[in-house]
Amino acid sequence: MSARDSILGRLRDRQGSALVAPESDFAVVTGRGWSREERAERFTRWITSVHGEVVRCNTADWTDALAGVLAEKQIRRLALGRQHPVALAARDALASHQVELIDADRDIEAWQEELFQHVDAGLTSTRGGIAETGSLWLWPDADEPRLLSLVPPLHIAVLDVDAIEDTLFDVITHQGWASGMPTNALLISGPSKTADIEQTLAYGVHGPRELVVILRDG
Amino acid sequence: MTAVKLYPPRPDKVYLFGTCLIDMLYPEAGLDSLRLLEREGIEVIYPQDQTCCGQPAYTSGYHSEAREVARAQLDLFPGPWPIIVPSGSCGGMMRTHYPDLFAGTEDEAKATELASRVFELTEFLVHVCHLTLDDRGAPEKVAMHTSCSARREMGLADTGPALLQRLGHVELVEQERASECCGFGGTFAVRHPEVSGAMVEDKSRALEAAGADHFVTSDCGCLMNIGGRLAHRDSSLKGEHIASYLWRRTS
Amino acid sequence: MNQPVQTFTPQAFHQQAHAALENPQIRANFRKAMDGLMGKRREAFSDWDLETLRQLGANIRLRALSKLPDLLEQLEANCEANGIRVHWAENGEQACAMITEICQQHGASSVIKGKSMVSEEMHLNAHLEQAGIEALESDLGEYLVQLNEQTPSHIIMPAIHLNTDEISDIMHDRTGTERTRDVDAMTAAARAQLRERFMAADVGVSGVNFAVAETGTLCLVENEGNGRMTTTAPPVHIAVTGIEKVVEHLADVAPLYALLTRSATGQHVTTYFNMISSPRKAGEHDGPKEVHLVLVDSGRSRIYQDDELLDTLRCIRCGACMNHCPVYTRVGGHTYGTTYPGPIGAILMPHLMGLEATKDLPSASSLCGACGEVCPVKIPIPDLLVRLRREAVGDGVGNVPGAGVKRSRKEVAAWKSWQWLATHPNAWRGASLIAGSFRGLAPSHLGPWTEYRTAPKPAKSSLHTLIKRHRKEQDS
Repeated sequence: MSARDSILGRLRDRQGSALVAPESDFAVVTGRGWSREERAERFTRWITSVHGEVVRCNTADWTDALAGVLAEKQIRRLALGRQHPVALAARDALASHQVELIDADRDIEAWQEELFQHVDAGLTSTRGGIAETGSLWLWPDADEPRLLSLVPPLHIAVLDVDAIEDTLFDVITHQGWASGMPTNALLISGPSKTADIEQTLAYGVHGPRELVVILRDG
Repeated sequence: MTAVKLYPPRPDKVYLFGTCLIDMLYPEAGLDSLRLLEREGIEVIYPQDQTCCGQPAYTSGYHSEAREVARAQLDLFPGPWPIIVPSGSCGGMMRTHYPDLFAGTEDEAKATELASRVFELTEFLVHVCHLTLDDRGAPEKVAMHTSCSARREMGLADTGPALLQRLGHVELVEQERASECCGFGGTFAVRHPEVSGAMVEDKSRALEAAGADHFVTSDCGCLMNIGGRLAHRDSSLKGEHIASYLWRRTS
Repeated sequence: MNQPVQTFTPQAFHQQAHAALENPQIRANFRKAMDGLMGKRREAFSDWDLETLRQLGANIRLRALSKLPDLLEQLEANCEANGIRVHWAENGEQACAMITEICQQHGASSVIKGKSMVSEEMHLNAHLEQAGIEALESDLGEYLVQLNEQTPSHIIMPAIHLNTDEISDIMHDRTGTERTRDVDAMTAAARAQLRERFMAADVGVSGVNFAVAETGTLCLVENEGNGRMTTTAPPVHIAVTGIEKVVEHLADVAPLYALLTRSATGQHVTTYFNMISSPRKAGEHDGPKEVHLVLVDSGRSRIYQDDELLDTLRCIRCGACMNHCPVYTRVGGHTYGTTYPGPIGAILMPHLMGLEATKDLPSASSLCGACGEVCPVKIPIPDLLVRLRREAVGDGVGNVPGAGVKRSRKEVAAWKSWQWLATHPNAWRGASLIAGSFRGLAPSHLGPWTEYRTAPKPAKSSLHTLIKRHRKEQDS
């Protein structure tokens, strides 16, 4: 008999009494009832508390905010997609800037070395945010692959205030995640960190040292 | 977690279950418990055939032996009155473990009924007697160590300190890591003496560092452990059971 | 400070406890760390209805366990439909062989690992090395412990037994990093060392925090990004997990994740929550082209047979029980000599290793209840410790391997005579007999007790006598 069949067999022929599934009342993880502004405020407070930076701006001017961040952080090489509206707008706005734009929509095998060693920042869109924990949620795709938000030392993420929901439970249920998960779904809440050396926080251990959220409003 | 307990009105009579440690080593604590209850106008019945709640065997894994000893207590409290136990450890055994210990036996209903009438002493004094205290002692600082069984198994972290705060001349000081175990744990202290020794050393140092003139506890296991440690290194800090302390200062 | 490689075993618990208690550095490192973690957890739950949240966590885990075989089949079907290949292993040895084989099929010479306690449980690194495949830990704590040729001393914070100076020495001795007390500098050095390895690794091996049956999704919780790197950069990803980690619905992970991070490190959230549902799809540009899931039994289906022991399988591996354990805090994780130390180790390892090897672990608790009080899924840990003590001294019939191993005639006789005494009130009242009966229970009489404490003196008159006298005084 295969390991599979014998394991499942033992589980099915359980000796003890019949197991009854208790009810799960999810009220404690939903129904926060926060206003739009409370959501933005909580999101900002929480993500800032774990070393994330938030730049809030008018949606119309968001690429100016992006240019400001790139200038401030002295970013020379920025990797980004080519199809998402965020990437398209950024490409338009940055065409006349000093920043070199790197196409991220390439097979990693073709440019792993470059991505790991010669990219200063990655720009991504986000699908939404979570107020309760100060989290971004991303579904990386062909245009904005998974490593774009992980490998460069700076991750710049663009989020709309209207896309912030109260809790993770709300996002999973409202957005119908269970009916179709992508290859990789991600929550990101701050830059990479560790406390493995005597509980002292250090940032950028494997992923980005810095996370900047451009929070678009209006 | 401990279920919310609904407290009855003050009864005319109660039973006292003295516990084996008090019986053998700290009988004054039992007598002072009885005196405190009698002073409240409550008749205290002390069944002379009581011995031990069975906990030492229970926590050591000898459940049939524990059950037989527990069974010998079941018929000693036939009236409908509360059973007062001056120990969170024995009280916790009787209230939370008796029903499981007798589950599926012919004594299950009896054990469950008895369990529902068990009260730890400080719990009973606070929640049922609404005890008031007239402190006649000199001003002093006292620290309380609440046993882990009282604190966690019975959910009684506050009743001991609440009583001490009713003593007008006593300042209750809190030791660092007050909720941490003193390291007694029944046979744990014998099976793992070094670890237990490290725990009681930390606990006794914390009590001293709190600046207490005296410490009290509601469990004689902890008292024997912490007091024994302090005595072993000739500390001036002495402890006693909270019942004795309350009686001594108010009689 | 190159310490000799030290092997810890559960059989040597007492000696290891002795050594840890005598080591002021170990004592200080753990005390400081545990105090900090307890405080952070308290703070992290301060604005929550914690009891309701814990009950929800417990109910979700109980629901999953109540349907365990169905959910495993559903998980398998959904993973396979998504392109994740599912393997089943009866024990660690089988799992190691499977993982080694997958590596060999890809001609792998190097494996990069994300944190996985199940892989520690089966000593995967050693197996891979025997097959000529280098396995490198990438979680910073695991990396440091591996450099120091040790095992993790905590399930969440593997290097918690080491302080900054010790880590600086280890990094200097093993990697040539310049000695420093600057944690940022050490972290940056490790980043540089490991980045090379991520790029070069042929296979990534990770654990799983929650496996979602409904969608065939593997959830990984982490702060560093090494987990994401491990599961994204190499061309092959192998996830390995115990069969109990499955949950029914995707929505179930929301409260479990909230409980896990707050209970473990007092964080309101971790930096990354990484949900993997398939290998790289056509048109996608990164991620592994193959994803494997290895489901390991290793005694879990045996635990599953027993209505009470079953609760052990609720565990979501947060480590809060050890953070709050006064015994763990004093002796540290290595003393237990097992993959999982502390209270969860004491209730889990006897099933994985047998009671013969682990018989001192269930007794290494004062039953203070701190572990059960903080457990995010309400595992009644103290009751399970008592149950395992019962198995160890019982008649050898039961669901735990090695049951009855601690049964000794001497001890049984001592409890039997105690029972006789405590069921014969007349004899009980003859108090002088009692002390003798209790002395018999101690391995070496009152010796251990009086090494640290003054022995209690039996009272001149028992409570029975005092109360009789009191009644006489009242009557006269």
